[in-house]
Amino acid sequence: MKEHDEFVVDAEKRTLFDWQELWYYKELFYFFTWRDIKIKYKQTALGFLWAILQPLLMMIIFTVFFGRALGVPSQNLPYPVFVLSGLLLWNAFSSGLTSSANSMLNNAPIIKKIYFPRLIIPVSSILVALFDFIMSFALFIILLIFYKQPVSLNVFWCWPVALLITLIATLGPGCLLAALNVKYRDFRYIIPFLVQVLFFLTPVIYPVSVLKYPLLQYALVMSPMYAAVELFRYPLTGVEINVTFMFISLLAGVMILIVGLVYFKRTEDYFADFA
Amino acid sequence: MKPILEVHELAKKYRISHLSSGYLSLRERMVRPFRLQKEESEDFWALRDISFDVYPGESIGIIGRNGAGKSTLLKILSKITPPTRGRIISRGRIASLLEVGTGFHPELTGRENIFFNGSLLGMKRREIETRFDEIVSFSGVEKFLDTPLKHYSSGMQLRLAFSVAAFLEPETLIIDEVLAVGDADFQRKCLGKMEDVSKSGRTILFVSHDLSAVEKLCSRTVLLQAGTIHMIANTSEVVNHYLQKKTPAVTERELTKNVWLTNITFGTGRITSCSTVPISIALSYESKLPVITEFCLIIYTLRGYRVAIIDLRDYFKDFEYTSNQILVRGLILNLNLVQGDYQIGLHFGIDYIVGEVQDIATIAIDDNPQTSIQRYSPQYRGVMELSFKKDS
Repeated sequence: MKEHDEFVVDAEKRTLFDWQELWYYKELFYFFTWRDIKIKYKQTALGFLWAILQPLLMMIIFTVFFGRALGVPSQNLPYPVFVLSGLLLWNAFSSGLTSSANSMLNNAPIIKKIYFPRLIIPVSSILVALFDFIMSFALFIILLIFYKQPVSLNVFWCWPVALLITLIATLGPGCLLAALNVKYRDFRYIIPFLVQVLFFLTPVIYPVSVLKYPLLQYALVMSPMYAAVELFRYPLTGVEINVTFMFISLLAGVMILIVGLVYFKRTEDYFADFA
Repeated sequence: MKPILEVHELAKKYRISHLSSGYLSLRERMVRPFRLQKEESEDFWALRDISFDVYPGESIGIIGRNGAGKSTLLKILSKITPPTRGRIISRGRIASLLEVGTGFHPELTGRENIFFNGSLLGMKRREIETRFDEIVSFSGVEKFLDTPLKHYSSGMQLRLAFSVAAFLEPETLIIDEVLAVGDADFQRKCLGKMEDVSKSGRTILFVSHDLSAVEKLCSRTVLLQAGTIHMIANTSEVVNHYLQKKTPAVTERELTKNVWLTNITFGTGRITSCSTVPISIALSYESKLPVITEFCLIIYTLRGYRVAIIDLRDYFKDFEYTSNQILVRGLILNLNLVQGDYQIGLHFGIDYIVGEVQDIATIAIDDNPQTSIQRYSPQYRGVMELSFKKDS
């Protein structure tokens, strides 16, 4: 008999994370993600093209209003390149956060009937957002070629790390909100509002340097997405990275991740009773 | 031999809070510290002191009335909800079928649903691929494999769902009442499949109201009553014991969130076979008048076989509606059932929730001797009394 087959359920003892079990269920991550991607683009005439069209349209709108009309500075990049570089990660974050926060409720019928590590659900929602990211990343590359934008060799570590930070920044609040949402349905209304506020707090459509007050700058870099966006743009702009800001932002991300995962895990057992 | 499943002093407590809505809202949470009166809530032990062992290859039946704790036990065994106290040791992969077709999505095709559902049930992708053809041919939906599930009939969906489940190969399989649905032919096929599974040496825990299915499938049976084990022994012994006990008088029962079944009377005093029987059903409700879309009285044999329904959909306008009660009164003409005990159930659609309660009450029907000859004993007479008249 294989070792994972034996298990003990004990009312007295609870483990925090059973990595072995998560590994055992690895295929389910894939299946949840695969299902959600399929469903997302079923019965749409344009299908996966939407993953490209959405950021493209947003980029055009922001370029017209902020780049042209308001003349927001863009760290010496063409404004479309500037804004899309931010939007890429931002969209991954916001759609990942929104869908993972609602994921537990949306999958309540499954949660009530079948056991598997619940963490699979919010994580898969984030992986769906990652899929959209990859689609729109192709658009970004085309844009870079179109503007003949020079890119430094740092891309090879900056972009993957920025993406990793984005995933961490999404997973923490995603798990936290997913768990809270099961218990208090109020969060369903808080989430869109929260995402909207965070959008303006993250330097997607403007560089942090436009803010004249240092205190305000410190407030902004508390957002974990600051580090991701800044690092992603670094190979393009060459603007020196503010190490303090970066550190604050990363620390915030890791802290939220820990809080989110621990809270999720602690309430996980009772999802079936609450959902 | 070590048991494949050990259950030690399992208990589960639910807190029933009398909140207005089923779930907490943040506002309620925030004002709670400022509230003067204590919040009304009470503890409810759905299960207490449940201990039993299951040995490899055994098939165990779990029976008991509604609310005896069967579903809670299954949920704990399948790790869906944790026990409040106690311990479970399982030495093998457990797969549980608390419903068939969990996670089926109407937008996905049959093929896609097989993969997703199979994976949810704990199959590896490789396993699903090797079993795929068998699953499809067992379900009989080959032609519609690449059609979205939403275009399937409910029967086809069910067949597909059961077929995926039928090819699970865990050491222990937990099954909840899944056979209660589907057409008779498919039910037979499923039961046969389950017998194969149990013969192949795997362990089955089977919860059902259908006592004859339990008798057929299970060697030992657990009888639950009010959250405790009332009896655990050979299936035939337990079933006989269970059948001897009459259902106590109807207690108030919640049908949906807002509606309770408060009373049901079936006949007055003794009911004799082939007579006309007055019935009345009282429902009470709070606040708003419920919308009733379906309402049928069901008669079962004690073994859970459905004998007849009394379809009241045509008579909604004849129900008596008062400010907090709905009263249904009428007569069943010529109740031609063979003497014996029967169970009364209710099928309802209230406020767009469709549900069924299977064991509201047990009724005894007395014989109505119409012939001068000695009657056969009831066990040879089936369930229906028919009379014969000479051609004149």
